Amino acid sequence: MNTEILGIIAQIVALVVLSYPLGRYIAKVYKGERTWLDFLSPVESFIYRVCGIDPKETMNWKKFLVSLLTLNLFWFFWGMILLVSQGKLPLNPDGNPGQTPDLAFNTCISFMVNCNLQHYSGESGLTYFTQLFVIMLFQFVTAATGMAAFAGMLKAMAAKTTQEIGNFWVYLVKSVTRVLLPLSLIVGFILILNGTPMGFDGKMTLNTLEGAEQTISQGPTAAIVPIKQLGTNGGGYFGVNSSHPLENPNYLTNMVECWSILIIPMAMIFSLGFYLKRKKLAYCIYGVMLFAFLLGVINNTHFEMNGNPRIDDMGIAQNSGAMEGKETRLGAGGTALWSVVTTVTSNGSVNGMHDSTMPLSGMIEMLNMQINCWFGGVGVGFMNYYIFIIIAVFISGLMVGRTPEFLGKKVEAREMKIAVIIALLHPFVILVGTAIASYLAAHRPELADAWLNNPSFHGLSEMLYEYTSAAANNGSGFEGLADNTYFWNFTTGIVLILSRYLPIIGQIAIVGLLASKRYVPESAGTLKTDTVTFSLMTFAVIFIVAALSFFPALTLGPIAEYLSL
Amino acid sequence: MKKNLLRSLKITIVFCIFLSVTYIGVLRVFAMIVTPNNGNAQIVELNGKIVGAANVGQNFTQDIYFWGRPSAVDYNGSGSGGSNKGPTNPEYLEEVEARITAFLEKHPYLSRAEVPAEMVTASGSGLDPHISPEAAYVQMKRVAQARGMSLEEISVIVDKQIEKPLLGLFGTPKVNVLKLNVALEEVKK
Repeated sequence: MNTEILGIIAQIVALVVLSYPLGRYIAKVYKGERTWLDFLSPVESFIYRVCGIDPKETMNWKKFLVSLLTLNLFWFFWGMILLVSQGKLPLNPDGNPGQTPDLAFNTCISFMVNCNLQHYSGESGLTYFTQLFVIMLFQFVTAATGMAAFAGMLKAMAAKTTQEIGNFWVYLVKSVTRVLLPLSLIVGFILILNGTPMGFDGKMTLNTLEGAEQTISQGPTAAIVPIKQLGTNGGGYFGVNSSHPLENPNYLTNMVECWSILIIPMAMIFSLGFYLKRKKLAYCIYGVMLFAFLLGVINNTHFEMNGNPRIDDMGIAQNSGAMEGKETRLGAGGTALWSVVTTVTSNGSVNGMHDSTMPLSGMIEMLNMQINCWFGGVGVGFMNYYIFIIIAVFISGLMVGRTPEFLGKKVEAREMKIAVIIALLHPFVILVGTAIASYLAAHRPELADAWLNNPSFHGLSEMLYEYTSAAANNGSGFEGLADNTYFWNFTTGIVLILSRYLPIIGQIAIVGLLASKRYVPESAGTLKTDTVTFSLMTFAVIFIVAALSFFPALTLGPIAEYLSL
Repeated sequence: MKKNLLRSLKITIVFCIFLSVTYIGVLRVFAMIVTPNNGNAQIVELNGKIVGAANVGQNFTQDIYFWGRPSAVDYNGSGSGGSNKGPTNPEYLEEVEARITAFLEKHPYLSRAEVPAEMVTASGSGLDPHISPEAAYVQMKRVAQARGMSLEEISVIVDKQIEKPLLGLFGTPKVNVLKLNVALEEVKK
């Protein structure tokens, strides 16, 4: 069998098999049960003491959200100040300048919301100092923020009737010390052994075999790549992210990095089953997500490995697939798998240029982000799916004449209103943003010339992809778009904020509201949510709400391009 | 609010010490111990002289060398980048056509159907250090003629430089262009 296909299968098997024990472990961590990393407890106690956190304090959902949002607000100022002044700060051997205020606004927000949209190139837009004290720091802590919100949700769902959803600060610290940090260290060791740089020497200048001078950017890459992947952040150390041969030197590192993107989101679903002691519910949710994920993988692998039909028309040997924007050591198949893995989660790192993928591969990449809950970002992926469960519960309740209930709690008008607003916010910001940008591009040709790298249908796809990626907090891009301009920095910055915080607020609110309601024991009249039928129902709801709202836009972009091939 | 802001400041500083200093420190020390080049990019030497980084591709234009893939950034190692051209962009397709013509001019013994697509399409990073074994095979005759060596001699060197898929099972076979060219130079002396 083709070794590229075997490589893809091996990666998926490794993900599914290892996500189960990791999920059990994560459930234990958030429940406060004993694990083999308990020797870290003194470190955690020390952190609580220094920061004035009482680990025994529990919070209601409003207090929980206030803590979360205040911390994020603080990070905004932290990031802005450091990014603008980085030129004067230490650890800057290459003498890179500070970022302009609009670029810093975009960069800071994009890393603060766990998106990592990058309108700069890592080699020249940051210094070692900001790489470590802004970018990498945010990659850890914002991932932990999403995980903490998820942990609060678990606690709320598990209790019969409660006002308390746990302590935000404790979940935050534990997500870092017990999950993100140990896994990042392991991945970091593997990368270093395979030739990813981990030093502070600045650029290396040498003479090539033909005698030309070549300057090579390097630095503490091996520390940033692991958390970039594990925290579903995705912001590359180098401009071209994991297609860079130093960031991703060989097929083994590629497998490890690709595994790191999806492993925590996958494990989160299992941890839900262990935490709530409702394994069947977790299997149902996992099943729906895995099914949708595999459909995407099959589609993209097919189109990328078969190559570009326009190049076939030129009569040359396209045996290795569509290699424009791809790397030989990773292969067309390796990039196809990664393009799906990175878009079902809110990761957004790339190991090949998405702008150059085939039209329908590009469509799946966008659709994954437009749906944004097939595994999704660490923590927040399930929270997005939860919104659709609530809607599905309500609709199927109405269809079969049963009271809409989820986990023993009645879903009523207030929760439904929040759920629908959150579900519709996503298409709203993406489509309105794209509409404004394409209006400007159509009426002012000089803007279209300056922004777009490709004409016609593909040009529309570039703009649609940018807002989709921002709204999904993904961060990948059709990078042909010249996006470091006032217009793109500000509009995507606003989309980023809206689509990170409104959903988190809404989801926590629904959970909090449901948790404080009276527990209704299951009876014959209860709609069962851990069945195949209900899973299909949820899938249908997601498809109708999310996919169909984007269908007209996708028709004008990738589908039209596919038909013109 | 004030209490939360103060906590935010404290916890951010604690995380800085814990992550941006300690975590980085552990990996840095590990790199100093296990890597041959103090955590910098791995280098390739010829006759004791550094001629490049093993994992970063270089621009080869002379007939005596095997060539790597087209690069959108001209193998500029201080930047990186792909072309980001869409698959139906007419301008891009013209560029590919021009590359095919140029490749055939330099390899007149090839038929059009033998030109490997990766030799006329730009890589993702612009620094791709590898080509496929097929892409090396089609260049052998040109290199042999330019070096005054026999096709068999060249073929032996190329075969030695082919890197199999991971464990022989996963991924693609490939050839590191710089290492291959260094191997050629080493035979010469």
